Amino acid sequence: MRNSVFWLLAALSGVAFLAVTRALIANEYYYFAAYVVLQYIVLSTGWNILGGYTGYTNFGTGAFFALGAYASVVLHKTVSVPLPVMMLVGGIISGVIGLGTGYLTLRLRGVFFAIATLAMAIVMQTLIVNWDFVGGSRGVYIIRPASAPIAGSYIQYLYTLMLVLAVISVGIARTIERSRLGLGFAAIRDDEQAAEAGGVPTLRLKLISTTLSGALMGMAGAPLPYYVTYLDPDSSFSLAYAVNAVAMPVVGGMTSWIGPVVGSILLGTIQQLATVTISSALNLLIVGLLLIGFVIIAPNGIVGLVLSWRRRARAR
Amino acid sequence: MTGPALLEVRGLGKRFGGFVALDGIDLTINAGDRVGLIGPNGSGKSTLVNCLCGTLRNETGTVSFDGRPVNGLIAHHRTRLGLARSFQLPKPFRTLTLNDNIRVPLVYTVNARHGQHLSEAQMAVRCRELLDDVGLADKATRLPGDLTQVEMRKLELARAVATQPRLLFADEAMAGLSPSEVEEILAVLFRLNEQGITIVLIEHIMRAVMNFSTRLVVLVAGHKVADGDPQETIRNPEVERAYLGE
Repeated sequence: MRNSVFWLLAALSGVAFLAVTRALIANEYYYFAAYVVLQYIVLSTGWNILGGYTGYTNFGTGAFFALGAYASVVLHKTVSVPLPVMMLVGGIISGVIGLGTGYLTLRLRGVFFAIATLAMAIVMQTLIVNWDFVGGSRGVYIIRPASAPIAGSYIQYLYTLMLVLAVISVGIARTIERSRLGLGFAAIRDDEQAAEAGGVPTLRLKLISTTLSGALMGMAGAPLPYYVTYLDPDSSFSLAYAVNAVAMPVVGGMTSWIGPVVGSILLGTIQQLATVTISSALNLLIVGLLLIGFVIIAPNGIVGLVLSWRRRARAR
Repeated sequence: MTGPALLEVRGLGKRFGGFVALDGIDLTINAGDRVGLIGPNGSGKSTLVNCLCGTLRNETGTVSFDGRPVNGLIAHHRTRLGLARSFQLPKPFRTLTLNDNIRVPLVYTVNARHGQHLSEAQMAVRCRELLDDVGLADKATRLPGDLTQVEMRKLELARAVATQPRLLFADEAMAGLSPSEVEEILAVLFRLNEQGITIVLIEHIMRAVMNFSTRLVVLVAGHKVADGDPQETIRNPEVERAYLGE
């Protein structure tokens, strides 16, 4: 499928999905729940650009996400700009942090890179905790605008924005995957020395990857203050975001754009169901068990399983 | 055959901590040469290749390629200048098909040079040619995991050749292969040399080296001990001592 066709189809299905949900669903809870699932599609797709395509495991998702959220807090308290602009700013800030993190850490490989990203997240959280203007450790209350700029309630507006962002993220991921950039990422993932010997400018490509990945995470975090209306460092930098952003692509499949989407919808929905039916503390346990199960049984995720079934069916 | 020096190495030295891996290496390689580089295990052959290709940094000495100093230039820049290598242990891109393995250097080296641009269609043709040259065309859509050892070495060579190099370092392209497989790889290397690629063959299989080389360079414990006509060089007492003991 050509890229332009894919973008068109993605946009159309996004609009169709939006129209159907807005027309049929009145209960606000479903928008709250769907927002979280969509947010995870963006986070895990962003994570997968660095983790799945380029082969660098990032455990600092929470930091990129929270920085996007805190960028919105600063904008909210200083200049009043529309939320889509805040999302852009959040994306730029987290993208720059991604670039910096990349530059400082990309000489590290494997587990050491993962540890460095975790450390970066802790440093960022400490900075925010000690920054009084954004509420420090006691957090900050954000009062939502009384009305949404589009028809419907404010949560429906947030849901719409996140849906648009999810479609854009998936489109970007898929475009990269089929592009020469994606080929270079894959070469780096498989063998960095061989990639260099093949003329791939590995450092530059890795920086592009960390920047894009961070930017998408920051954009996903930007609407968070308006979603929760009370933002504090502990919950916004939560390790749950990092764990989910790793688990969803692993469960879905890391080599293709569809993997993080499948993983996010599956795990995100299960978590939402578990939260309302069993207990909210059970969320991460479910994710953890699924993660262990998939790493052992299907290391290439659901997409990998489907592909190998198809290959076997064809061979028969 | 004599021509202008393609690669000029002067006083190259490399240490790992307190261990001197290479010391004062001088080496001149002329265009069109078939050079054999031999030496006992640990004598610094691969380290030399790594320094010349930019994978490692040499602390002392200068390297110039085609009259241009390349000291400090990172590996992918050297590849783009025309310095290619294959790895001692094959390093295929294991999640990519053979075709895509070849596309990487086409996209990132050939298309990155000035005045060159292959379209997707031209690249597909070129991939087929390159794989065909080493007898892997029928496996173009397979993954490297499906290949045998000798096929893996051929893929490694094809990927290096895809960069359109002027100088190719073949680092133990034949280690562990059967005699008939060695002949296959040798035939590929001879063909490449006829196409105008200067080749440095790093190898332990003496029969292959002696067959192939027009010149032999011997490294022992980080020093170059001999350099010249292959037949004379292996009779050099210092070389005999290194290989056979006193």
